[in-house]
Amino acid sequence: MDVKFTRRDFLKLSIGSLVLSSLGINLEPVKAYAKELKIKNAKETTTICPYCSVGCGIIVYSKGGKVVNTEGDPDHVISRGKLCPKGASLYQLANNPTRLLKPLYRAPYSDKWKEVSWDWALDRIAKLVKKTRDKYFIYKNEKGQVVNRVEAIAHVGSAALDNEECYILQKFLRALGIVYIEHQARI
Amino acid sequence: MAALAESFGRGAMTNHWVDMKNSDVILVMGGNPAENHPVSMQWILKAKKERGAKLIVVDPKYTRTASQADLFIQIRPGTDIAFLGGLVKYIIDNELYFKDYIVNYTDAAFLVDPNFKDTEDLGGVFSGYDPKKKKYNKSTWKYQLDENGIPKKDPTLKDPNCVFQLLKKHFSRYTIDVVSEITGAPKEKILEAYKIYASTGKPNRVATECYAMGWTQHTVGTQNIRCMAIIQLLLGNIGMAGGGVNALRGESNVQGSTDMCLLFHILPGYLPMVRASHVDLKTYIKKTTPKSNDPKSLNWWKHRSKYIVSLLKAFWGDYATPENDFCFNYLPKLDDGKAYSWYDLFDAMYKGKIKGFFAWGQNPACSSANANKARQALSKLDWLVCVNLWDSETASFWKGPGMDPKKVKTEVFLLPAAASVEKEGSITNSGRWLQWRYKAVEPPGEARRDAEIVDELYKRIKALYEKEGGAFPDPIVKLNWNYGDGEVDTKLIAKEVNGYFTKDTTVKGKRFRKGQQVPNFVYLKDDGSTACGNWLYSGSYTEEGNMMARREKIDPTGLGMYPKWAWCWPVNRRVLYNRASVDLMGNPWDPERPVIKWNPSTKKWVGDVPDGPQPPLALGGVLPFIMKPTGVGTIFGKGRADGPFPTHYEPAESPFKNILYPKVRINPVARIFKDTPVDKLVLGGDPRFPYIATTYRVTEHWQTGLMTRNMPWLLELEPQVFVEMSKELAKEIGVKSGDKVIVTSPRGKIWAIAVVTERIKPLRIEGHTCHIVGIPWHYGWRWPEDGSGGDSVNLLTPPAHDPNTSIQETKCFAVNIKRA
Ligand code: SF4
Repeated sequence: MDVKFTRRDFLKLSIGSLVLSSLGINLEPVKAYAKELKIKNAKETTTICPYCSVGCGIIVYSKGGKVVNTEGDPDHVISRGKLCPKGASLYQLANNPTRLLKPLYRAPYSDKWKEVSWDWALDRIAKLVKKTRDKYFIYKNEKGQVVNRVEAIAHVGSAALDNEECYILQKFLRALGIVYIEHQARI
Repeated sequence: MAALAESFGRGAMTNHWVDMKNSDVILVMGGNPAENHPVSMQWILKAKKERGAKLIVVDPKYTRTASQADLFIQIRPGTDIAFLGGLVKYIIDNELYFKDYIVNYTDAAFLVDPNFKDTEDLGGVFSGYDPKKKKYNKSTWKYQLDENGIPKKDPTLKDPNCVFQLLKKHFSRYTIDVVSEITGAPKEKILEAYKIYASTGKPNRVATECYAMGWTQHTVGTQNIRCMAIIQLLLGNIGMAGGGVNALRGESNVQGSTDMCLLFHILPGYLPMVRASHVDLKTYIKKTTPKSNDPKSLNWWKHRSKYIVSLLKAFWGDYATPENDFCFNYLPKLDDGKAYSWYDLFDAMYKGKIKGFFAWGQNPACSSANANKARQALSKLDWLVCVNLWDSETASFWKGPGMDPKKVKTEVFLLPAAASVEKEGSITNSGRWLQWRYKAVEPPGEARRDAEIVDELYKRIKALYEKEGGAFPDPIVKLNWNYGDGEVDTKLIAKEVNGYFTKDTTVKGKRFRKGQQVPNFVYLKDDGSTACGNWLYSGSYTEEGNMMARREKIDPTGLGMYPKWAWCWPVNRRVLYNRASVDLMGNPWDPERPVIKWNPSTKKWVGDVPDGPQPPLALGGVLPFIMKPTGVGTIFGKGRADGPFPTHYEPAESPFKNILYPKVRINPVARIFKDTPVDKLVLGGDPRFPYIATTYRVTEHWQTGLMTRNMPWLLELEPQVFVEMSKELAKEIGVKSGDKVIVTSPRGKIWAIAVVTERIKPLRIEGHTCHIVGIPWHYGWRWPEDGSGGDSVNLLTPPAHDPNTSIQETKCFAVNIKRA
């Protein structure tokens, strides 16, 4: 029999029954042998899924500076080894040919990106921040109250950062006097 | 989060994921855990299997969560308050509330100012409404106080001015008939849901509720959640194992980034942001520290001065001294009463007022409602810095649809960031657990950790100010910034967040040396002897080490609290408001699920970390809701912009009348942006856009899809944007599954693939057929690279917003659909 399922058929089929893909598929028995070879002598680190807020545990196996396998952490008290398709795809986040590898720059009115060095990019941004801040710094508001702020620079992000990163990021922004600070929680 | 803070004191999930196994009834409304938080579903299913718990799902469409439900009810989007208001009425009319709980632990017995007028008195608005400004003067929204300044009470709940009686009156017309008419749901099913849910008003039965964006993204978003909070208080389900109102948050660290307050209106740990009228530190403390005259109220925020001074010490170190007000004036100040929220930001950007912009790990060109406005706004910038793992619709906006790069002046930087497995640090899940992640590999190519990018930028800007001077350089050049010389050491940041002693000090009879870690926030001081980056996280990295990295699997209570797995704010308390889970003598309401219990012989609590070590209420202790100045759960929410009680208003673009308040169709104080040509809205609907659209997520994608559209496995499963519709609608417009259609709204248009299902059914509302369609919001033109994924549904979503949070109404808006 020639059975071809499209994603749409799959959606239809799933009605009335919880499909596997949304609860986590346990591929362990099938893949156990192949994996054993792959993770032999690999470094093992634990991580937490970067997608939704359940906070599932994932074990990352790496060898020679490359992630060779990721799988649900059976010891994790919330997830107990299970992952949904997103968490189960973590391997592809670490091994992904479309990731950005170099800083890119697009000049005014240009129609393309150009690779630039970190040093150049960071220096240029620092200069632009300073120029904008100095030009638009508001010492006092219309009522004459001291406000020491900058409204001409704004920032959004990010719930994708670690706590420690969020902390120094907001510290940095607030030291500059930036007040338009927002992130995913608002939307 | 605004609703939870108003009701209980803290803006966070009250319980945690594993705790759902302890519930007797689980209501999923405004969320869809089976698809959006899939692994959490095992705890809901466990409750069903092992406790015989009942799962009720109320949603505009049949979801995979619904497929597991004992009862599924389809409602029209934006009618949640009608549904929940009917439940309040049902609970009150049938006296199914938990009387001891509401009299002692909520404001039900409090007397309200007799000048307060309800929507029942004024035909749909509360007292104090100013129709010109579209704002409330809240002066009558207050409790009556006795001679000691403590709210007056009537424990019999009979006084017509008591909160309980006002609530009863407020919802008196939310009958099953009316609820059915507004929501489109059948009466028998509504009644069945009410019966099941209200069965948990007994001490030994507990219900929980799970919501997500399905509740927040409305012009009445905050009040949706407030209504549920009121129900949970009436039934005594807050503080209990298996109870609570659980916000299922969308991103892995949105709880943490909120706790760290990457938001305009708050500083780390939810300290209010400084306003222009706070002329000095003393004024800030005086104006923002809540007061309580009730000796039984712990009023935890009375400690505000310690937290703000410790934060200033963390920011400006030795420069911050009592003599210079701890550098208070280095913090930028907002104008009083002005919002600088997401949509204010893009409005200002569109109007050319913002020159430089950081989009850090975020993709507003797809995630912002009315995304076209955001995309055009980006072209008015002088410079834009994007930090991300991939190129995005935001970074490449200048070559996006409808843009001519030759006309776009914006200078754009796109900096490659490291992914989660390429760095070390903590993230906070929805249940407030801070879990530590380790670095497995180096980032690819020249990609760098976000912490390093911040560090580099800071150091370069500082060097420029040191060299050249400039506008108000002190806050920058004097910033306390010691995170390692070469690579940033995240542990050093985590230690600062926890807090440390800045000099040798004695606190609470204990001696501490300079440089020692603060054990927890109880030891913070307002004299400059402690520095702490976020008081709420104090206790996460102590002298004993990194508490967030713990992995001990012990569960002494059997309730799944796992006190030595990771660390949980505040002070490792796993269930918030747990003092409400016991009676006045400290005995658990439900002895089978004791979150905490008072041991009279040792005079100590056992179980979870209690909300304060004080003895039970009857033995000289304190009220359970320690973050509220009243000490009790709040039914009368006088702090909200749109009223102390939730009220059914139609969504902004709903074509239907408000049958409860014919004169006030939509939320009278909803925020609506309208002064630019791209802010289009069809108030009250429009025959050109006859269908109601709602947005949602699919399991395989995340957010705007930037972290999933680039993942071949995930993209294969959900390759492009689709619009889900009923068979009836498909027939009416002549399309079948797989057809390409054009979806238009007053804001724009997108193409999508039609998916015709049984999951959405047309409803009969006010004698008309109401067609609902659903569209996932994960797509964008940049990825997949051939454009085969389509574009963001946010090109269609409206500029109408909740007045408390400014969150957009993306769960209900007007569209039209035609074959392509
Ligand atoms: S694996 Fe799935 S359910 Fe678990 S945290 Fe990741 S996205 Fe959420």
